[in-house]
Amino acid sequence: MKSHRQILEMSGGVPTVTSFKPERIKLDFPIFTRTVHGKPLIYLDSAATTQKPQVVLDTIEKYYSYQNANVHRGLHTLAEEATAAYEATRTKVAEFIGGVKPEEVIFTRNATEAINIVAQSWGEANVRHGDRIVITQMEHHANLVPWLMLSRKTGAKLKYIKITGDGLLDLSDIDEIIDSRTKIVALTQMSNVLGTINPVEEIIEIAHKKGAMVLIDGAQSVPHLPVDIKALHADFLAFSAHKMLGPTGIGILYGKQEFLEKMEPVTYGGEMISDVRFESVRWNTLPWKFEAGTPHIAGAAAFGAALQYLQNLGMDNIRRHELELTAYALERLAALDFIKVFGPTDPEKRGGAIAFADNDIHPHDLATFLDTLGIAVRAGHHCAQPLTKLLGVSSTTRASIYIYNTTDDIDHLADGLNEARKYFRYV
Amino acid sequence: MSDDLNNLYRDILMEHYKFPRGRKKLEHADIHNEGQNPSCGDELEMELQLDGDKIKDIYVSCVGCAVSVASGSMLADTIKGKTLAEVKKIAAVIRGMLKGEDVPDNIDLGDLESLRGVKKFPVRIKCALLSWTTLIDALAAREQGAEIRTSTTE
Repeated sequence: MKSHRQILEMSGGVPTVTSFKPERIKLDFPIFTRTVHGKPLIYLDSAATTQKPQVVLDTIEKYYSYQNANVHRGLHTLAEEATAAYEATRTKVAEFIGGVKPEEVIFTRNATEAINIVAQSWGEANVRHGDRIVITQMEHHANLVPWLMLSRKTGAKLKYIKITGDGLLDLSDIDEIIDSRTKIVALTQMSNVLGTINPVEEIIEIAHKKGAMVLIDGAQSVPHLPVDIKALHADFLAFSAHKMLGPTGIGILYGKQEFLEKMEPVTYGGEMISDVRFESVRWNTLPWKFEAGTPHIAGAAAFGAALQYLQNLGMDNIRRHELELTAYALERLAALDFIKVFGPTDPEKRGGAIAFADNDIHPHDLATFLDTLGIAVRAGHHCAQPLTKLLGVSSTTRASIYIYNTTDDIDHLADGLNEARKYFRYV
Repeated sequence: MSDDLNNLYRDILMEHYKFPRGRKKLEHADIHNEGQNPSCGDELEMELQLDGDKIKDIYVSCVGCAVSVASGSMLADTIKGKTLAEVKKIAAVIRGMLKGEDVPDNIDLGDLESLRGVKKFPVRIKCALLSWTTLIDALAAREQGAEIRTSTTE
């Protein structure tokens, strides 16, 4: 009997649409061979980080075993191969997000660093006292704190687009919030708590009409949806590799060339300079201007393998799978009268990050209980404290899905929630 | 269910969680402190009324998980009527126990015995510690004549 991987290799590693079977995809992920507290692992925490397929792990091992060298500075074979692997992923990322220019793709540590670069470099040069910065109430701390700090430093006003009771953006007064004083609008394309998919196209259009820039936090959307940043005309996009099968420690900042050209680097050192004298320095060209020091080369190589894996599955197919599974999960959770689900009830308007609360059991007790059943969920404020407070709770439990999750996983979750009621004697 | 889980959520602990003690606000408080574990969202308010060097009355209100609420409830039960010296001693013992240290033979833990199961769950130790740290910090600040507003175990 051949493993899924062997079958894939025989077929050139390209699964067809009809072969989108999460049960088979699971076989590509070694972590699912392990148990947790003696139970098979049910991983429902992909919004925090996804698991890694064997091909990504192999790429890291191959890189360090046979290609390891520093990039862009050696004249030997290994350095050339390392540079090629590193730059090949840049090109792949550029294609993946809608065919932008590779020089518009900057490697960072993660989405957080990408957003900070924009807030510090572009923000401090362009935002002034009396200007406006607009974000939403559903932002992750990574897309909130950098703007809060920028507003403090510059004296610009930080305004929030509110959310409605069902977890959608309230666009009723959007024309007043994004006004002519607004310099930048920064928002998530998909909430990591509510799952909400925001109408970024509409907001980008409104913002551009008012002369404001737009940064999209794509940490949750790029791994789960086809994202064509060129079609959206967003000015900046930030996302992380580890939330889309890649390694931790590497992320992406996309920016339109015309803006990146004018921006000053925020980190100085090797790689990002073209000419250094004792008294002066000239920056390197894009994208290296923003990549000071030795980057995460192995991470970039492995991220390339992750992108290839996702492309083989097809982002449209991934979205379809997650839509079906999210609909199923919402239905199963809605049937539990002691569970309140946050965020949109219409699966078309959301992704598969589903935050919920049990009427009686605290999220941390619930997460500890589910863990003993082998079910990994997250409990807490999910790095969105203001949003959690707005929902009227101190924390929530969150189940989040990805390509390897099955309806069986959701059944286990629902059963686990029922069992928790019995265990803590609420039934 | 696993033995570890049953050891964490013992009946006594769950009873304290569902019916926490020390929830009556005090008319007069000599010591006030708050506890916060921001990453959990746990919030605790503590007031102590003294009679000489004895704890005359205590108010503990905790919004949090079963472990943090129960631990606060047991704290209220345990320290009422005790001298400050006794309270400091028991608080130190509990803190040590949660961190895996042995409990001296001459100490009767009573309901607090049920917190022994927490140390098997490293991420939950901070929950059980919150009320005790809030208490210890408040007493230390009082001794030093310092002001205190919040404590945390994160």
